[in-house]
Amino acid sequence: MTERNTFTLDGEEVPFEPGQSIMNAALAAGRYIPHLCHNPEFRPHGSCKLCTVKVNGWLGASCTTPATKGAKVESEIPEVQEGRRAIVQMLFIEGNHFCPFCVKSGDCRLQAIAYHLGMEGSHLPHRFPSRQLDASHPDVVLDRDRCIACNLCVRASREVDGKEVFGLTGRGVETSLAVNSPSGLLKDTNLEPGDRAMQVCPTGALMLKRHGYETPIGERRFDQQAIEAAWESDY
Amino acid sequence: MVSTWLSATLYDIAARYDHDRHALLQMLRAVQAARSCVPEEAIQFFARHLNVPIVEVRGCVEFYSFLHATPRGQYDIYFSDSPTDRMAGSLVAAERLAARLGVEFGVPRPDGRVTLGLTSCTGHCEQAPAGLVNRRVFTRMTEDRVDRMADLIERGVPVEQWPEVWFHVENSIRVSGPTLETHVTPGDALRASLVRGLPQTLDEVEASGLQGRGGAGFPVGRKWRGAYETRGIHYITCNADEGEPGTFKDRILLAGYADELFEGMTIAGLIVGAEKGYLYMRGEYEYMLSGLQEVLASRREAGLLGEDVCGSGQNFDIIIHLGAGAYVCGEQSALLESLEGRRGIPRIRPPSAVKKGLFGQSTVNNNVESFVQAAQIALMGGAWFADLGEEKSRGTKLLSVAGDCTRPGIYELPLGVTVRELLERCGGSHAKAVQVGGAAGRTVGRAEFERHISYADLATGGSIMVFDERRDMVDLARQFAHFFAHESCGFCTPCRVGTQMLQHYADKLASCQGSRHDLAQIRSIGQMVKGYAHCGLGETAPNALLDTLERFPEEYEAHLLPEADFVPDFDLDAAVSEARALTGRDDRLHQLEHGKVEAES
Ligand code: SF4
Ligand code: SF4
Ligand code: FES
Repeated sequence: MTERNTFTLDGEEVPFEPGQSIMNAALAAGRYIPHLCHNPEFRPHGSCKLCTVKVNGWLGASCTTPATKGAKVESEIPEVQEGRRAIVQMLFIEGNHFCPFCVKSGDCRLQAIAYHLGMEGSHLPHRFPSRQLDASHPDVVLDRDRCIACNLCVRASREVDGKEVFGLTGRGVETSLAVNSPSGLLKDTNLEPGDRAMQVCPTGALMLKRHGYETPIGERRFDQQAIEAAWESDY
Repeated sequence: MVSTWLSATLYDIAARYDHDRHALLQMLRAVQAARSCVPEEAIQFFARHLNVPIVEVRGCVEFYSFLHATPRGQYDIYFSDSPTDRMAGSLVAAERLAARLGVEFGVPRPDGRVTLGLTSCTGHCEQAPAGLVNRRVFTRMTEDRVDRMADLIERGVPVEQWPEVWFHVENSIRVSGPTLETHVTPGDALRASLVRGLPQTLDEVEASGLQGRGGAGFPVGRKWRGAYETRGIHYITCNADEGEPGTFKDRILLAGYADELFEGMTIAGLIVGAEKGYLYMRGEYEYMLSGLQEVLASRREAGLLGEDVCGSGQNFDIIIHLGAGAYVCGEQSALLESLEGRRGIPRIRPPSAVKKGLFGQSTVNNNVESFVQAAQIALMGGAWFADLGEEKSRGTKLLSVAGDCTRPGIYELPLGVTVRELLERCGGSHAKAVQVGGAAGRTVGRAEFERHISYADLATGGSIMVFDERRDMVDLARQFAHFFAHESCGFCTPCRVGTQMLQHYADKLASCQGSRHDLAQIRSIGQMVKGYAHCGLGETAPNALLDTLERFPEEYEAHLLPEADFVPDFDLDAAVSEARALTGRDDRLHQLEHGKVEAES
């Protein structure tokens, strides 16, 4: 019998399978590392960088860094939490996020993580970009103001729905979520409300029409429980 | 509706590249060249024809600076915008041309005649101001020439009939060493490798101590060995994207040492067992393409490429791909994405390219200079090279020097040379600062001129920019901040947003509207971006700001608003301006500007 493969996450042992990422091993063990562009169901993307941890003293995204035997992984340490807070602040000021009026409030991972990290203000100049809203689809609305370019809907549509409804286009700060139809509009795609792509958006960018307030604000999942306890709820 | 004429043209373009999906960027470049834009019909045609999602084709058009969805006009002009170009008067010349033509930067003239814009450094810094007109490189653009250019444009004279001297590119080699002096007769290094034995040649490359000349310094021999020991299909790729501002040494090698370069790639190909190599050359160097194709043709003719290369029993050939204006494609994995016909977004590592590179196969990617030197090592032996340079940085390095010096150009010097020695040679003795390694590199001040240019100390892919007393270091750092905000690929949060923030604070400071708080913001955002970014671009983007802050604090001090510890970023007037415009209100903010409004009325 060989020794079990384990690494330590903030001092506690976490087992892993060869080839598994630090993130997936941690999640499988029920340990939360903040993340936005990751969902263990899909291939890792590694773009939001919120899941950054210190591995043997080096910063790296835990969703794309393979776990190695005996590695010392530090996650909930002040230095790392501060970097993550800066990332969340960047995401807030990059788009247009008005939580008090947002239909996703209380159910939004971006907002919940901001609470988790103790973010009190944006700290950076807001960009106030103007972005296009797509309400052309009968059942779905895409509000790009709230899109954080996490690529989850792109992967869900491709990997699970087998459809390829979305894609990221543009460069730099102009990176935007585009719809894969000649018109560029959702109504000209085969997106359906039951698609997996419709369930994975961490923010309120991709929403079903006419279902906005079924659960009142104040009773939603991250209103009830912090994200470190409720992260698993729709995976 | 797609016109038959257009779809026939598009079909021809696709056919020219064997209808290969991976050549999408090449096809889009061809459309751009023919139509001065990539129209929507073309996007939809290629999506259908190559069976690629429309978003991917559209994504490419939006990603690359030289591709445009709307027409640029009959004359498409870019001025190279790097600090050394500006120091030579590029901005003055460009603004003068804009005024003459009655255009704004980047906005096509309504009559479809011309578009004038700025672009990142085009790699002709020692003969600045440089730029591109209809994809041809011009150099030394004086105000007088600009006036004549405006006239030629108004009269509709084709670029081919413009004065030839405007397009003259000098070679400007100032100091040559073994690399520039060792011309390999085509085939000699290949034959020497085969006679010695390919595994033995790999030993020589390892023994030479040659490190990647792009600047990162990974041992070339070790990379080749990694691929040699990996099973399966292999590819060779050469990074000729040379986008680092201030670098032009690969340009010299591509122009005068193409045989050495292709020979180096071929030897690498035979050693690791690759059958195909790609030269990825930046779009700005398109004017060298036909010359390079000729060299490839004559090498095929001579049996040095193609089937049974040089009697080795192995096949190897080389294909040239052109970039389309994206600095990030100099990043190895972004280059591979671009070679596969996609946006240049850096990949996740691991795996390394040697394990899983181009088309998912083991790939050896090296810089132009590395392949040239490897060919010479294959001919002359490893010791010939290892005898030069320093303990941990073997051999000589091509340095491209520009800026405030009397003898700008190419200097081939042993690694380990000090900044001061280099300045003495290039006539830059009045320097107060030197930028080693381009926008991504390090800024050093006088106190550090004894430092060494080497992998162990100041690493550089070749860019050296010299700045004397007249230069404003805050403005310099601001220019680099703009460069990165423009060139960030946008994949990861820290770089995508962080470079925008750094640009914001650099602007605020350079325009003397900043406070101490803004300096602190630059420091903390800069450190954060360096630590959290996905690739080398983001990791190095804050360097110039952080370095100049540390080394030239007095210049920043001089830019601060006196007695202000904090100047808010939020500008209420600006924030409500759009709402005001929408509602048609033009009343001032009485509550804020009471005194001023009254005074004016
Ligand atoms: S719409 Fe949502 S899931 Fe899709 S990229 Fe934007 S934030 Fe991510
Ligand atoms: S660091 Fe910048 S260039 Fe590199 S992946 Fe991130 S956004 Fe793209
Ligand atoms: S969750 Fe790992 S980078 Fe986004």
